[in-house]
Amino acid sequence: MTGTTSGSRLQLPRYLREDASLRTPVGFPDYKSTGLRAPLRTPVDLPHRLTEITGPVLGEDRVVQQDTDLTWRNGGEAVGQRILVHGRVLDSDGRPVPDALVEVWQANAAGRYRHVVDNWPAPLDPHFDGLGRVVTDSLGRYEFLTIKPGAYPWGNHHNAWRPAHIHFSLFGRAFTQRLVTQMYFPDDPLFGQDPIYNAIPAAARHRAISRFDLERTQDNWALAFQWDIVLRGTDQTPFETDDDGDVA
Amino acid sequence: MTYDPLDVPADPATPFQPRSGQRGSGFLTDPLRLGTTPSATVGPYLAIGLTWPDGQWAAAEGTEGGIWIRGRVFDGAGDVVPDAMLETWQADPDGGFPSPEDPRGASSHPGFRGYARVQTIDPPGEFGIHTLKPGRVPDGEGGLQAPHIDVSVFARGLLDRVVTRIYFADEAEANAEDVVLQGLSADQRATLLATPTEDGYRFDVHLQGERETVFFAV
Repeated sequence: MTGTTSGSRLQLPRYLREDASLRTPVGFPDYKSTGLRAPLRTPVDLPHRLTEITGPVLGEDRVVQQDTDLTWRNGGEAVGQRILVHGRVLDSDGRPVPDALVEVWQANAAGRYRHVVDNWPAPLDPHFDGLGRVVTDSLGRYEFLTIKPGAYPWGNHHNAWRPAHIHFSLFGRAFTQRLVTQMYFPDDPLFGQDPIYNAIPAAARHRAISRFDLERTQDNWALAFQWDIVLRGTDQTPFETDDDGDVA
Repeated sequence: MTYDPLDVPADPATPFQPRSGQRGSGFLTDPLRLGTTPSATVGPYLAIGLTWPDGQWAAAEGTEGGIWIRGRVFDGAGDVVPDAMLETWQADPDGGFPSPEDPRGASSHPGFRGYARVQTIDPPGEFGIHTLKPGRVPDGEGGLQAPHIDVSVFARGLLDRVVTRIYFADEAEANAEDVVLQGLSADQRATLLATPTEDGYRFDVHLQGERETVFFAV
């Protein structure tokens, strides 16, 4: 992972960039809010140097026990379909990312967020705040117990509904690996009309959808969904340059 | 004796050998590559999941040499974005990173985390980060970069983060030698310069418009 110092030259890993045809664009016209917010100029290429290949160490001390069980708050149980969400955090080389902070947030079973901006007429649940956190284990695995979020209307266009989803925020080891995304559920009938889902290039959309996992479903307790998350990996064959800049 | 291609022996003389090692041959000797998970917007409710009570303290309160970097985020209409989140990552005053990924070894500067996460909730619509001014960091090509802070901006209406850098207007000499700034026009450079204030610096982000901030593809 880390390179070595050779003279004044540093051998640094280079994080691979997914092909543009498989990356979510910053702006997408059907998603109205991007209109005045997504930058219009072409971004400038920034080769990866020390600031980009390092990143903060954020671990266990940010997570408390209740963070991995979203179904119990304020001395009571959240209403909704109980689900176990689990998976692995990997890099694109297939290597597990251990000790990675995973933060999640979501709407309640009725599709309402506990947020002052969300005021559509669906009930709040006094026993659900929609916040979870977990740190991946030595094999890059994570899991948390929650309730299945509901769909909700959002005014982007007439009769616009967001498919059920859970927001995920992830840190890898490096600034380049930072990822914020959304996990969907299989076969959601709302996919077709949702511009946030459809902003993902068609060939990559399946990567945002979890898999129903009968094996991990808990008898008399909870359904299970599995979702692996892949962060950017490094070029595994970095070539070293000598003082003349030639490939050694 | 003539060679008959259809006269196949029952047992081949040599075991099957895959054509390993040929680039692009499709055999498993090619490096394993998994498709990365596509990004999505943080949406309007990021405060639920991403609020940290200690978010603004890249350097702990009371750390000697602490400065505040304050600013706002503007959209293409010139309005303040009231629901953005900024994250910053930077070196300490000696140019070291508190990260095991630094090939020179992780640095340890008292009270310094190097990372901050703040929101621009309106009012006042302004973020504030308490940190230390970063030192100069090798550029990997024999030179030194000017003091800088990497910044990620997340918001409703951004389907991926956008990345920029804070440089410091009072570091003219170092800035002139910086390999990243050298690749930009004077107008572009100006969008990355934080200006001195009473207790630190001001740095505004313009997502669009005439003064659109330079964003980087990382």
